[in-house]
Amino acid sequence: MDLTAGHVWMMVTAAMVLLMTPALAFFYGGMTRAKSVLNMMMMSFVALGITGVVWILWGHSMAGGGDSIGGLFGNPFTQFGMEAMLDTEDLIGAGFGATFAIITVALISGAIADRAKFGAWSIFVPVWVTLVYAPLAFWVWGGGLLSADGAIGSWAGEAIDFAGGTVVHINAGVAALVLALIIGQRKGFGRDPGQRPHNIPFVMLGAALLWFGWFGFNGGAAGSAEEAGLIWVNTLAAPSAAMLGWVVTERIRDGRPTSLGAASGVVAGLVAITPACANVSPIGAIGLGIVSGILSALAVGLKYKWGYDDSLDVVGVHLVSGLVGTLALGFIALPVEGEGGGLFYGGGFAQLGAQTVAAVVSMAFTAVMTLIIGLAIHKSIGFRVTEESESTGVDLTEHAETAYEFGGLGTSGTFVPHPATSGHLKTHTKEGANA
Amino acid sequence: MKLVTAIVRPDKLDAIRGALESYGVQGLTVSQASGYGRQRGHTEVYRGAEYTVDLLPKARVEVLVSDEWAGDIVDVLVATANTGRAGDGKVWVTAVEEAVRVRTGERGDAAL
Repeated sequence: MDLTAGHVWMMVTAAMVLLMTPALAFFYGGMTRAKSVLNMMMMSFVALGITGVVWILWGHSMAGGGDSIGGLFGNPFTQFGMEAMLDTEDLIGAGFGATFAIITVALISGAIADRAKFGAWSIFVPVWVTLVYAPLAFWVWGGGLLSADGAIGSWAGEAIDFAGGTVVHINAGVAALVLALIIGQRKGFGRDPGQRPHNIPFVMLGAALLWFGWFGFNGGAAGSAEEAGLIWVNTLAAPSAAMLGWVVTERIRDGRPTSLGAASGVVAGLVAITPACANVSPIGAIGLGIVSGILSALAVGLKYKWGYDDSLDVVGVHLVSGLVGTLALGFIALPVEGEGGGLFYGGGFAQLGAQTVAAVVSMAFTAVMTLIIGLAIHKSIGFRVTEESESTGVDLTEHAETAYEFGGLGTSGTFVPHPATSGHLKTHTKEGANA
Repeated sequence: MKLVTAIVRPDKLDAIRGALESYGVQGLTVSQASGYGRQRGHTEVYRGAEYTVDLLPKARVEVLVSDEWAGDIVDVLVATANTGRAGDGKVWVTAVEEAVRVRTGERGDAAL
């Protein structure tokens, strides 16, 4: 088969979406304290490594490539290893789908900064992608429960989720809340001024790269030039407006607009437009962006009030703006060829009902599954590092590295290029910290 | 001999060095310090949450001088480091029993 512009577009956009996960590593890494930035970035990187393998082996097959098993998930063996897809163009779409699975699980890591065992995270990632992400992607995009013909979709109506409001953002946001509750607060949460972001330029770099990648995230599956154009413009409109919404909220509430607020507003707007990018007008996208920017700016403070340590605000940004975008479609979805549409376009309550059901079902499914997976890991090997390791910093105790070396401290000692025995690092860092 | 120690604003360092040199001081030691006095710290806001940082960056200047110079050195330091605002720092003098120049082994005032 000849390589068409459509094929090329999907491969280019897939590469753009893949870049979003390293971008997320910078976005999150800058927001942590300096002694855990490497661990924070590694949680995103290893999510890429693990999910990249899992998706090829069985993830793609479970999310839609395989034969449906009761509308719940695809048979993981139908296209195990993508062997059955050789010599088909389907590999392009399968690669595109992999990049979504990768970023979704990586998003969750923002809730457990500074204190998670890297080994526990490395177990959580493949299990969660297999048992939570792949089934939910199948329900919404692969012909499962929430699709037009699915058990729930045919009863409540098919929800609109073009690029992942439920599958990616509500899903990751709820999982983040559950993990934060299981693992517990950082030492000094809400009191220690050392927990403020250590590198805001990293955060802004990350937000910029996320925005670039998001044009691929939203636009990769566009079916026509008209749709692609609308998606592009909306992916500009909503984050721009959300940035303004966030910083104006800060200006009024705190007295000053902040850089972190601008970067966060961009991401909130991107999250909100994700499900809606192909189904709202540009003015609708601006309105959606403003609302999501304001609501997420207000929501990030709730963790201090209610005591859940969602360290980098995955809940406040992804869950809140994911819900805003998903539910807003019930009001501002454009009619398709004169049919349907949201409440404001005379489509009645049908779309709002479908959107609400899809959001509630996704939240309930993710909450229960993540609770089971998270507790299983926490009660067996433990999800949390020791208190001493947390004070020392997880970069040193989990990875035997430090992000920054300015020559100020620790310049005396020994250097061994080829250690005689393996595991020698333990005596210096890990066990020393655990002792 | 006396050790004159001054905790000052880091941005006053160049002026202090210049003033001490023109007074005739041959050498001094500078180190980074952090601390707070009556001005306390500053407040940063991230995503609406306030973080107050109490320990501010300061420079510590140490000069080893003979007894008769000490009073004047203190005056020079105070005059140069002063901005009139809280956070200008402190200067104090401590007695020193012995000093040795490492290169030559000279002792006492000769080592200064």
